[in-house]
Amino acid sequence: MAETNSQNHGRRKLVSSVMTTLTAACAVFVVAVLLLIISYIAIRGFSSISVQFLIDTPKPVGEGGGIGNAILGSVMMTALAAVIGLPIGVLAGIYLAEFGNNWYGNVVRFLADTLVGVPSIIIGIFIYTLIVVPMGRQSGLAGGLALALIMIPIVARTTEEMIRLVPDAMREGALALGAPQWRVTWNIVLPAASTGIATGAMLAIARITGETAPLLFTALNSRFYNFYLDQPMSSLTVQIFNYATGPFEVEHAMAWAATLILVGIILVINVLVRFLTRKRF
Amino acid sequence: MAKTGTTGDKIFRTVLLIAVSIIPLIVAAIIYMMVQNSLPTLQRFGVGFLTGREWIPAQETFGALPFIYGTIVSSVIALIISVPLSLGIAIFLVEQAPKNLAKPISFMVELLAAIPSVVYGLWGIFVLAPFVRDYLGAFLQKYLGFLPLFQGRLTGIGMLTGGIILALMIIPILTAVVRDVLEVVPVTQREAALALGATKWETTKVVLGNAASGIAGAVVLGLGRAIGETMAVTMVIGNSPQISASVFEPAYTIASVLAANFADATEKIYLSALIEMGLVLFFVTFAVNALAKLLIIGVSRRNGVAKA
Amino acid sequence: MTYRISELRQTMRSKISVSNLNFYYGKTQALQDISMEIPEREVVAFIGPSGCGKSTFLRTLNRMNDTIAGTRVEGKVTIDEQNIYASGTDVVSLRRKIGMVFQKSNPFPKSIFENVAYGIRINGIHKNKADLHERVEKALRDAALWDEVKDRLNASAFGLSGGQQQRLCIARALAVQPQVILMDEPASALDPIATQKIEELVVDLKKDYTIVIVTHNMQQASRVSDKTAFFMLGKLVEFNPTQKVFQNPDERLTEDYITGRFG
Repeated sequence: MAETNSQNHGRRKLVSSVMTTLTAACAVFVVAVLLLIISYIAIRGFSSISVQFLIDTPKPVGEGGGIGNAILGSVMMTALAAVIGLPIGVLAGIYLAEFGNNWYGNVVRFLADTLVGVPSIIIGIFIYTLIVVPMGRQSGLAGGLALALIMIPIVARTTEEMIRLVPDAMREGALALGAPQWRVTWNIVLPAASTGIATGAMLAIARITGETAPLLFTALNSRFYNFYLDQPMSSLTVQIFNYATGPFEVEHAMAWAATLILVGIILVINVLVRFLTRKRF
Repeated sequence: MAKTGTTGDKIFRTVLLIAVSIIPLIVAAIIYMMVQNSLPTLQRFGVGFLTGREWIPAQETFGALPFIYGTIVSSVIALIISVPLSLGIAIFLVEQAPKNLAKPISFMVELLAAIPSVVYGLWGIFVLAPFVRDYLGAFLQKYLGFLPLFQGRLTGIGMLTGGIILALMIIPILTAVVRDVLEVVPVTQREAALALGATKWETTKVVLGNAASGIAGAVVLGLGRAIGETMAVTMVIGNSPQISASVFEPAYTIASVLAANFADATEKIYLSALIEMGLVLFFVTFAVNALAKLLIIGVSRRNGVAKA
Repeated sequence: MTYRISELRQTMRSKISVSNLNFYYGKTQALQDISMEIPEREVVAFIGPSGCGKSTFLRTLNRMNDTIAGTRVEGKVTIDEQNIYASGTDVVSLRRKIGMVFQKSNPFPKSIFENVAYGIRINGIHKNKADLHERVEKALRDAALWDEVKDRLNASAFGLSGGQQQRLCIARALAVQPQVILMDEPASALDPIATQKIEELVVDLKKDYTIVIVTHNMQQASRVSDKTAFFMLGKLVEFNPTQKVFQNPDERLTEDYITGRFG
C-alpha cells in the first residue's frame, strides 16, 4: 500500500502544481490582453492625433476633420446626465441606507440591481419613445436623459453601500445629543461617507462617458458645434463608431485618435479613484 | 425645537422617498412604453414573431429567430472562453497570489471593464478580426474543419469574433464575482482540507465546492452581460439575419439588430418589430440578472450560517 | 486515576519533540524558545490566557501556520525523529499523518458520508468501494457518532447539531489514519452535554493516538489530559503531569493562573 500511495502521491502533487501554474497563466494572459489593447490604442492613437484634430469638426473624407464638436457634445450630455442623475441617485441611496430595511427598500434594491444589468440600448429605445418621438427629433437633451437613467441605479447603490460603512456609533452619538434624524444624516453621516460617494460618482461618470448604444438614436450625431440641447448632438463614442465602421483608412486613423482621448479620460478617472481610495482606507 | 425636528424629518423623508421611487418608476415606464410601442407587431404576429426565420423589413416579414440564434451562439462562445479564464484568475487572486501581487492584478482586470464597448469594437475590427481570419480561424479550419462548426468562408467577421470580444468584456465581472464568493468561503474550510493531507489544488476544489452556487451566479450574470452587450458585437459580428452552423459566418444578435437598424426604421410596423425585440431583450436580461442575484446571495447566506 | 496511567508511560518514547522553537508574525514574536517532548499515546493539554500562543504553537506542529503570509519559524520540531521544518519536507504527507480538529466545527458542504470519505478518497487509502464504506463506518464508530447518523449518511452534514458536527470532523480526521491528533479548543463552541461527549471521546482515543488539545477550560484539561503545558506571553511556563500542575505546580505563575488570580 505504501508504494501505490507514494505513486498516487506524486501524481497528486503534479496535478496540483500544473493547476496552480495554469491559474497563474490565466491571470498573465488577461493582463497581457489588457496591455495589448491599451498599447494598440496608444500607438495608433498618438500617430494620428493633433491639436487641429481636437478642435475641428468632421469634414468630407480627404479634407481632414476632427472631433471638437464631439468632445463638446460628450461633455454637455455627461454634464446634463450628472446634474440630473447624481442628486437623484445620491438621495435614493440615502433612503436605501437609512430607511430601506423594509419591503419597499428590498424591492427598489432588487430593481436597481437588475436595472444596472439591463442593456443600455434598452434605455436608448425607452428615451426614444418617451422624448424623441413626441419632440419630433433627436436631441442632446434626450441623450443626456438616457445617460442620467443609466447613472441613477449605479449611484444609488454605491451611495447606499458607502453610507452603510459609516459606523452606527456615529449616528447614535449625534442622536443622543438631541439632533433630529435629518440633521444627523445630512451633517454627520453624509460627510463621513462623502469620499466614497464621490468616487462612486466619478466611476459612474466614467461609465456613461463611454456609453454609445443609448446615444445612437437619442442624441444621434451632428457635424457641427452645437450648443443647444434641443438639437441633435455629436458625442465621442458615436463619432468613434462612425469612423470605425467607415470605409476609408483616414477615418480609421481618426477613430483611433478619438479612442485615445476617450480611453485616456476614462483610465485617468479610474486610476485617480483607485489612488484616492487607497490613500483613505 | 422638537417640533421643527419632526417636521424637518418628515420633509427629509418625503424628499428621499420621491427620489428612491424614481427607480421603480423607470422600470415601470420602460415596460409600459415598450409594450405600448410594440403593440402593432405583438397583435399582428403573436408568438410567431419569435419563431419566424425570415427578417425582411421591406416585405413586412418579421421573424426574430436569427437574432435569438445569433445571441445564443455568441453568448455561449463567450462563456466557453471566459468562464475557465475567470475561474483561473479568481482562484489565482484568492488562493495563490500574495496580496501585493493580487491587488494590482485585480485592478488591471477591473480596468478591462472600464474600457468602453465601442473601443472593444474598434479593436475587434482592426486587430482581433484579422487575427481570427489569418491565424485562429485558419488553425481551427485546418484541424477541425470536418466539423460544420468550422466550415465556410473565413472573413474574420462573424460569430466567433463576436464571441471572443464578448468573452473579454465579461471576464472582469465574472472574475470579480467569483473572487468575492471565494473570499466568503471561511478559512476553516481550507484548513480542514489541508489538515487531511489535501494538496493545494485539492484544497481549492473544496473551496470551489463551497462556492458552487455563487460561481453559477457569476456565470449567469456574465451571460446576462453577454446577451445585452451591444456596440462591440454590432461592429464585429457581420450583421446578417441568417442562421448558420458555422461560427465563422456573420450573424446578428438582438442587441446588434437594434443598434444597426433603429435609426433607419421609419415605418411604424418596422419600428414596432424592433421595439418588440428590445422588449424581449429587456425581459431576458431582467430574468437572467434576477436569477444571478438569487444564486449569489445564496452563497453568502449559507456561509454566514455555516460560520455561526 | 489518570496520573497512574501516565506514570506507567513515563518511559515511553516521545512522539513529538520540539526544541528551541521561535515563531514570528511579521516582526512580532509570538512564541519564544519553546522546547517540549510530547509522549506517544498520551493526551497533552495546552492551557493559558488568550493570546498566550497556545493555538499558534499547536499550529506549528502540522505547519498550518505556513498558510498565513508573513510568518516565520526558527528551531526544530521533530515527529518520529524527522524534522518537519527541514527543507524538502513534504507538507502534504506530513499533514496527513497529523489530524486536526478546529475550534468551530467545519464540515464540508457535502453529505455526512462524503465528509468522512473525503480524506480517504484524496489520499487513495481505500482498496475498493466496500473498503471505503468500512473505513467510513469505522471512523464514525470511533468518533462515537455512528449510531446517531447511520440512517442518514447521505444527508447534509449541516443538518447535524453543533456537537455532532464536531464529532463528524473528528471522524473525518480519524478516517485518514493519523498518528497524532491536534485539537484546537474543540469544545469551546459546544454546550455542556456535547462537551462531555467530546471529552469522553478524547480519553477513549488515546489508546491509538497521540493527542494534543488546546483548551481555555482548566477543568477540561484536568479531566482529559495526562500532561499539561501552561503558556503565557509566548513562553512555556510549565510542563508537567496534569495532576502535578493542578495540585502542586512548580511555578508561582502557574499557581496564580490555576487559582484564578488572573486570566
